[in-house]
Amino acid sequence: MVRVSKWVALLTVILFSLSIIAGCGGGGTPAPTAPVEEIKIGLIAPLTGDVKTFGESVKNAFELAIEESGHKVGDFNIKYVIADDRNVATEAVNVADKLITQDKVSAIVGSVTSSCTIPISEVAQAAGVVVISPTATNPKVTVDGGKRKDYIFRACFIDPFQGTVAARFALDELGAKTAAVLFDQGNDYTIGLKDYFKEAFVAGGGQVVAEEAYAKTDTDFSAVLTRIAQLKPDVLFLPDYYQKVSLIGKQARDKGITATFLGGDGWDSPEIDWTAMDGGYFTNHYSPEDPRPEVKEWVDKYTAKYGQTPDALATLAYDATKLLLAAIEKAGSKDPAAIRDAMASIEGFQAVSGSISFDENGNPIKSAVILQIKDGAQKFVTIVNP
Amino acid sequence: MEYFLEQVINGLQLGLVYALIALGYTMVYGIVRLINFAHGEVFMVGAFVGYFGFTNWNMPWPLAILVAMIICACLGMTIERLAYRPLRYAPRIMALIAAIGVSFFIAHFCSLKFMFGPNYRVVQRPFEEVYWSIGGVTISNIQLLIFVTVVIMLLGLQYLVYRTRLGAAMRTLSYDHDTARLMGVNVDRTISLTFGIGAALAAVGGVLYAIAYPQIFTFMGIMPGLKAFTAAVLGGIGLIPGAMLGALIMGQAEVMTAAFISSQLRDMIAFSILILVLLIKPTGILGKTQPEKV
Repeated sequence: MVRVSKWVALLTVILFSLSIIAGCGGGGTPAPTAPVEEIKIGLIAPLTGDVKTFGESVKNAFELAIEESGHKVGDFNIKYVIADDRNVATEAVNVADKLITQDKVSAIVGSVTSSCTIPISEVAQAAGVVVISPTATNPKVTVDGGKRKDYIFRACFIDPFQGTVAARFALDELGAKTAAVLFDQGNDYTIGLKDYFKEAFVAGGGQVVAEEAYAKTDTDFSAVLTRIAQLKPDVLFLPDYYQKVSLIGKQARDKGITATFLGGDGWDSPEIDWTAMDGGYFTNHYSPEDPRPEVKEWVDKYTAKYGQTPDALATLAYDATKLLLAAIEKAGSKDPAAIRDAMASIEGFQAVSGSISFDENGNPIKSAVILQIKDGAQKFVTIVNP
Repeated sequence: MEYFLEQVINGLQLGLVYALIALGYTMVYGIVRLINFAHGEVFMVGAFVGYFGFTNWNMPWPLAILVAMIICACLGMTIERLAYRPLRYAPRIMALIAAIGVSFFIAHFCSLKFMFGPNYRVVQRPFEEVYWSIGGVTISNIQLLIFVTVVIMLLGLQYLVYRTRLGAAMRTLSYDHDTARLMGVNVDRTISLTFGIGAALAAVGGVLYAIAYPQIFTFMGIMPGLKAFTAAVLGGIGLIPGAMLGALIMGQAEVMTAAFISSQLRDMIAFSILILVLLIKPTGILGKTQPEKV
C-alpha cells in the first residue's frame, strides 16, 4: 500500500509541475517588439589546441570585418557568438549544436579545418542553417556521396586543385621524379591532399616511392623516416598542419633526409619550425606580396590593427565574413533559406583573395599561389590559375 | 644490414622510454595490486616541468630533470593520499575506476588556460644534437642519453629494492599487507614512497621523451601510458625486469612493423603481441604462476 501511494504522490507532483509549465507558456508573456531587429552570426574556430594560430587569425579577421560593417547589415544589428572547437571533431559538433539550438544563429562562419567542418556541415544542413567555411578545403565539406549540401559554402579552393598544383609544381619546377608521402590516416584534409597529389604526380610521370600513414597522437616517426632515407626521394610531401609537419620535418632532417619538403595551406602559420622546414614549398590561397591594390589595402588595415601580416587564414576569414554579410544584405532577411539563395547567386564578388563566384557545389573558382619557406620567412614563388 | 641495425636502434630508443614509464606501473602494481592509470599523466606533467625548466626558467637540463622528478614525486604521493588511500580496503575495482578518473582529471585540468594550456608546444632541445656514424649506423647523443639514463635508473631501482630497508619493506608489503604491518613495516609511508619513486621515474621518462620527440601537449600521456602499461603486463606485471623486457619488445614490435610491414599496422601488431602472450601465458613473459592467496 505504501509503495502505491508513493507512486501516486510522484505522479501528482509531475502532473502539477507540468501544469505550471504549461500555464506559463499559455499565460502569454507579451511578445517584445524590438525597435531594431537583430541577426545572430556564429563563428567556430580552433582558438586553442594544435592549430590555434589558425583560429586566432580567423577570429581577428572575422571581428575586423564585423567592426567595419559598423555591426550592421541591412536593417539588422549584428550580434555574434564565438565558439572554440579545439580542432576536435566531436567538440565542433557540440559547439555547432549549441550555436544552432541555444543561440539560434542564422548563419555560421567556420570551421577552419576540414575534419571539423565536415561534421559541422552535416549538423547545419539538417537544421537548415547557412555555413560558410573560410578555409576547409576537403571536397566533402559541401558535397557528400554526390549529394550537394545546399546550405554549405566556402571561401577557399578545394584539395583536388591544391594537390594537383603541388604535384605539377614538383614535376615541372623542381624536376622531381620520385616522391614520398606521409599522411594522417584519421584526417580528411591530409588524406584528400595525399590522394590528389599522388594521382597528379603519377599521371605526370612521377613515382611515389613511399606512402606512409600515422595517427594524430604519434610522435615517433623514426622507423618510417629511416626507411624513406634509404629510398632517397626527390620530394617529401607532408600534407598536414604546421605542428605535425614541423615535428616530422625535424626528425626527417635528423635522419639525414635531403628531399625538398612540399605541403599545402596547413603550413601557413608563424609557429612553423622555420629552421627545420627551410627550403620547403607549399600551396596557399594568397600572398601578402601580391601587387593588387585590394591586397595592399587589406594588409595595411590588418597590420595596423593586429601588428602582424595577415596570413591566408585571416584573409579567407575576412572574405568569408564579407561574403556572408553581402548575402544577408541581398536577402534582406534573417531566414537561413533566403540567405542561402542569395549566397548561391553571388557572382564576381571582389574579395581580397580574388574574385569569387560559386560553382554548383558551393566552391569558389580561384587561383592558388606557391610560397617558399626561406630564411625564417615566406617568399612568394608563383601564381597558378585553375 | 645497416638499415636493420638502424631500425633496431630506433626501436630501442622508443622501448627505453616506454620502460621508464612501465617501471612505475609495475612497482605500484607489485606492492598495492593497483594499476595506477594516472601514471601517463604524471609522465606528461614531468615533460612540461622539464620543458619549463630549460626554456622558461633557464636551468641546465640535468637540474630541470631533477626538479621535474621532485615535483612529480610530490604529485604521485598526493594522488595516492587523496584518491587511493581512502579506497585501500574497498573492492579493487573501485580503486581502478578512481585511477581512470584521476587520469582524465589531471589531463583536462592541466589543459586549462591557467595551468599548461591546451596548446601544443615545440620543445627546443637544451643541447646540440650530435650524430656518430659507426659502420654506417647513425647514433645520436639523444639516443645515448636515453640509454644511459635508463640503465642508471634500472640499476638504482634494483639496488633500492634489494639492498635497502625501504626495498625490504616494499618486498614484504608485496606479499601481505597485514603481516607486514605486524612485522613493524609502516604500510602507509612505504606505499606513499613507492608512488613517489614511480612518479619520479615517469618524470624522467617525460623529459627524455620531450627531448627525443620535441613536441608536447597535455594529452600526450595517454598513448605512451597505455603502451607502457601494456609493456608491464607483457613482461609480467609486478616484476621490474619484466617491465623492462616488455617495453623493449613493444618498442621493437612497433618500429619493426612500421619499417618492414606498414606504418598503418604498427599499433595493431604491438597490441596483438600482448593478446597472444596473455593467451599463452597469462602472467606475462617473466611471470610465475602463483597460487591464489587467501
